[in-house]
Amino acid sequence: MNGGMKKSPLKIYWKRLRQNKLAFTGGVMVLVLFLVAAFASIFSPYDPNEIDRHNILNPPSLTHPLGTDELGRDIMSRMVWGSRISLAVGFVAVGIATLIGILLGSLAGYYGGWAERIIMRFIDIMLSIPTFFLILAVIAFIGPSIWNIMVIIGLTSWMGVARLVRAEFLTLKEREYVLAARALGVSDLMIILKHIMVNSLAPVFVSAILGVASAILVESALSFLGLGVQPPTPSWGNILTSGKDNIEIAWWLSVFPGLAILITVMSYNLFGEGLRDAIDPRLWGTGES
Amino acid sequence: MGFLDIVDLKKHFPVKRKLFAEQELLRAVDGVTFSVNEGSVFALVGESGSGKSTVARLILRLLPPTSGNISFQGREIQELRKDSLKAFRKSVQIIFQDPFASLNPRMTVLDTVSEPLKVHHIVKRSEIRDKVTDLLKSVGLDDDVLTRYPHEFSGGQRQRICIARALAVSPKLIVADEPLSALDVSIQAQILNILQQLQKQSNISFLFISHDLRVVQYFSDEIAVMYLGKIVEHAKTEELFRKPMHPYTNLLLSSAPKLRVRGEEYGFSGSSEAEQMTHRLDADVPSPIAIPSGCPFHPRCPKKFEPCDKVIPGLREISGRLISCHLY
Repeated sequence: MNGGMKKSPLKIYWKRLRQNKLAFTGGVMVLVLFLVAAFASIFSPYDPNEIDRHNILNPPSLTHPLGTDELGRDIMSRMVWGSRISLAVGFVAVGIATLIGILLGSLAGYYGGWAERIIMRFIDIMLSIPTFFLILAVIAFIGPSIWNIMVIIGLTSWMGVARLVRAEFLTLKEREYVLAARALGVSDLMIILKHIMVNSLAPVFVSAILGVASAILVESALSFLGLGVQPPTPSWGNILTSGKDNIEIAWWLSVFPGLAILITVMSYNLFGEGLRDAIDPRLWGTGES
Repeated sequence: MGFLDIVDLKKHFPVKRKLFAEQELLRAVDGVTFSVNEGSVFALVGESGSGKSTVARLILRLLPPTSGNISFQGREIQELRKDSLKAFRKSVQIIFQDPFASLNPRMTVLDTVSEPLKVHHIVKRSEIRDKVTDLLKSVGLDDDVLTRYPHEFSGGQRQRICIARALAVSPKLIVADEPLSALDVSIQAQILNILQQLQKQSNISFLFISHDLRVVQYFSDEIAVMYLGKIVEHAKTEELFRKPMHPYTNLLLSSAPKLRVRGEEYGFSGSSEAEQMTHRLDADVPSPIAIPSGCPFHPRCPKKFEPCDKVIPGLREISGRLISCHLY
């Protein structure tokens, strides 16, 4: 046992992630998407909202690599700017969900008793509601805007994180270093933060990455239905809407944003799942050397 | 009013209930009474499942007892609040069995050992590093370990770090819960030496929990032998080794390997009948959920007779020691 423990966990994670080619490709794609969103003005050949009446529904060409839409706007530019929306919604929504999940999950796991029973039953109730229709109803009521979407997706997707955090807390709070900290008189808050939380973050991080993928999907679906990001602001979902109206004469309007959503969601999922395998010590013995 | 007094301590854990079945209880600790004197070493010995570690966690107030009293320096520990609890936390420390689980993997040695110093404001912030270095020196570690993480150390080194952490608050009592059993034999001797030195230098009292009588023979003043949550024999260490009376004590002694140092035999070398019944220890310890009727030890006892499976023997004083057995 001593010999195998010498390497730091981070190095082992990295090595195992490198060995999983699909996950590594997913990670690289995630990084590329980040760069595209961060430097959107460099990657977009035109202003995404520039209307060009002479080039309506042009197929992909050298001047417009991914074609133009029914108002002559450049699809590539709109998709590059749309990736910002997708990432922003993904990360803010997951950020909200993770914060709520960590807070409620750690309360339930650490204190147990009534707090745990109430929180867990509340999770069961939330899970029994079909989330997408709840989001649709709430958005129809409070009105579509990017901020509303971020918040509502976040508020309806924290349950998995809370369950995960609670399970981690239940295991970790019986660890001897946690008992030692309690015996030393360390306060509950410091025990939760310094001794339990930091050791439970790896799986939470993985679930957050997987959560980004589903948040992006939900945002696209809402925008496609016209309840998400409102035109003229570009998002992958609302480009698809105009693609639907012109699908018989302009396939590029549907295919490219569709592919973008597919590749993005798949990249996040592959990366997240690869990371989950990489940090699972039960799998460490396999595939090494 | 003593230093640490434990009176009729019980801890029963509810076992997961089956539908329509009566609630079963795991009687981990089932009526334990003993006292530890200031500056002395009290050993609690028994096989796994005898409830030793539960006693340790109860004394540290990491678990609430089902019933019974634990008082430290005359005060019932369940009643301690805020300041008095903090003072108790500063006075009583624990060292665990598994040095791989008892250090936070994401904290450096400096973080780990300085945490108690910060919690109890033992030294000024600017002096923390020096104090940690001193503590590490007292357990035989150099200060080049300060910025390293637990996974970089061997079991023995980790156990030294755990001892340094416990010493940081200058405790009056250290509960050592099988501190040696996860270590190699050569390392065991080193750690035992450190504990022995501390005990002599700083007059720290120890409650030393072990499954190995051999280990406590030269370290403890008194020994209580536990079996299925109860004390079956309790005597001064010399007395116990001179004439072990309870059949279970005999069994534990005969199962301990002997050490030969310079031709002389150490360890128990008492009655020959003890050797004959070595094989008996192979039998499993009964589950603490279904404790046998009468004397809990009777299914494994080589000397059982008429009343053993019917009447529970009480803990009685016989020739200067406490023992619960129908033989006496």
